[in-house]
Amino acid sequence: MKPFSWRCIRVWQRNRDVFFRLWRAEAPGFVVEPILILLAMGWGLGTYIGLVDGQKYIEFIAPGIIASYAMFSASFECTYGSFTRMEYQKTHDAILATPLSVEDITAGEIFWGATRSFMTGTVILAIAAAFQLVLSPWAALIPVLAFLAGIMFASIALLFTSIVPSIYSFNYYFTLFITPMFFFSGVFFPLSSFPEIVQSLSWIAPLTPVVHLSRALISGEFHSNIFWALALIVALTALFFSISLVTMRRRLTI
Amino acid sequence: MLAIKTYNLSKRFKDLLAVDDVNLEVEEGECFGLLGPNGAGKTSLIRMITAVSPPTGGDIQVLGKDLKTHSRQAKAILGVVPQMDNLDLDLTVLQNLTTFARYFNITKDEARRHSMEVLSLFELENKSNSHIKELSGGMKRRLLLARGLINTPKILVLDEPTIGLDPQAKYLVWHKLTELRSQGVTQLLCTQNMEEAAVLCDRVAIMHQGRIPSVGAPNDLISNYVGDKVWEIEVNHGEREETVKNLENHGLDFEDVGDKIQVFYVATDDMPMGLGDFAERVRGRPATLEDVFFRITGRSLAE
Repeated sequence: MKPFSWRCIRVWQRNRDVFFRLWRAEAPGFVVEPILILLAMGWGLGTYIGLVDGQKYIEFIAPGIIASYAMFSASFECTYGSFTRMEYQKTHDAILATPLSVEDITAGEIFWGATRSFMTGTVILAIAAAFQLVLSPWAALIPVLAFLAGIMFASIALLFTSIVPSIYSFNYYFTLFITPMFFFSGVFFPLSSFPEIVQSLSWIAPLTPVVHLSRALISGEFHSNIFWALALIVALTALFFSISLVTMRRRLTI
Repeated sequence: MLAIKTYNLSKRFKDLLAVDDVNLEVEEGECFGLLGPNGAGKTSLIRMITAVSPPTGGDIQVLGKDLKTHSRQAKAILGVVPQMDNLDLDLTVLQNLTTFARYFNITKDEARRHSMEVLSLFELENKSNSHIKELSGGMKRRLLLARGLINTPKILVLDEPTIGLDPQAKYLVWHKLTELRSQGVTQLLCTQNMEEAAVLCDRVAIMHQGRIPSVGAPNDLISNYVGDKVWEIEVNHGEREETVKNLENHGLDFEDVGDKIQVFYVATDDMPMGLGDFAERVRGRPATLEDVFFRITGRSLAE
């Protein structure tokens, strides 16, 4: 594994410039959709749901919605987005002829994916705050969490991108990995409502620790497992970031 | 110092040895042509020299710097014009250049100034705000050339720079490349266009099946491989055998190319000895690089 350099910022800047030229096309997915889900599930379904401690359902799901859409942002960016740049537009090939290395490109893509998570997380946090769903000043750290989780999900996504033969393979990624996490990582129901086996399985899912941390920051109620959650995120990030540096080199330098 | 030097360079893709033990030397300031049929290994060789693809074996030096340890420094002084269009579709013409300049760490003002300069060099200045989709094939190719100059390279590596261009644009490009050469920019030019190689290149290498069997100035290669003049005999089906026998008897070097027979290494302006028998059907013409190309790489399709 070779290290990346500060030059990865150049790839980040390129993606940023393109995003702010085209952001209107992206906004519905990452601003409107989470609001719809929050309102439909929170107000609609929430009317029929009583939580044990008397918490409002919409309050319960808001932190999980932030975490999930942070995950979606980085995942879409570093699967469909990165794959298009790599295979169809040959953007990465062109960049390789400049002083940037494959590792710079990889890191630039991952940090850009994380930036998308950061932006999405921040926007939904602001909306949740407007609906008075944010109860603690610790919520100010949500954008940081979204960025950190973004690095993790972008790394996993880019690792997958670097090994798939075609863009259709991402159907598997979203149907078998991302969507199950959305439902089984404690976003919509407390993990304790699942059978033991599902509970343990959901702790393997990288979204679970993010939801835990997000809920702690927004409610201001901290349990000891937040340290485990943070450690898990850091460990998974280090692992997948490193592997994607290697697999991207293999993919791009033939 | 040599601009580019390769030592026993090779590249293997699974069962295919694309580049086979190549030792190449490109002098500083020269325009060096790389000719060869499709599949000869030209693009693989160029991708290794531009540090995009790692060699399977051997070493490469660019202006004395080993690519294995100094690929960043080498890439900073190389300008690359790829065969395949990889312009950034998400950006405008000008943004393509300024974004590329940023990869080379060129400051914003300088990038903008120099971008407009290279655009006008290839007569694209009034397209600066167009999207890539709106450009014709010829404009895209000229933009790729402009992009290759954005870092004011010491060495320009061009893979089929005039493919698909109309004659006007082709001559514009040739003219610009000649100008660059007179400014001391070394050029490694990969082409299938023999006329282009003859016009632009100080020396050419002919690549065949991953190897480089011959290198030299175009005129030297022509005299060495075919002589200065090629005599062509039109043959009808019935007389072919007799003609061949006749030429053999006279000890002439010839090749049967189907509708005619080409005779080589006879430099006289008058009809050479032994060809008088076919007087009405013989025509002499100056030898070209294309004749050399066929003699070295054969006439059958490689792939």
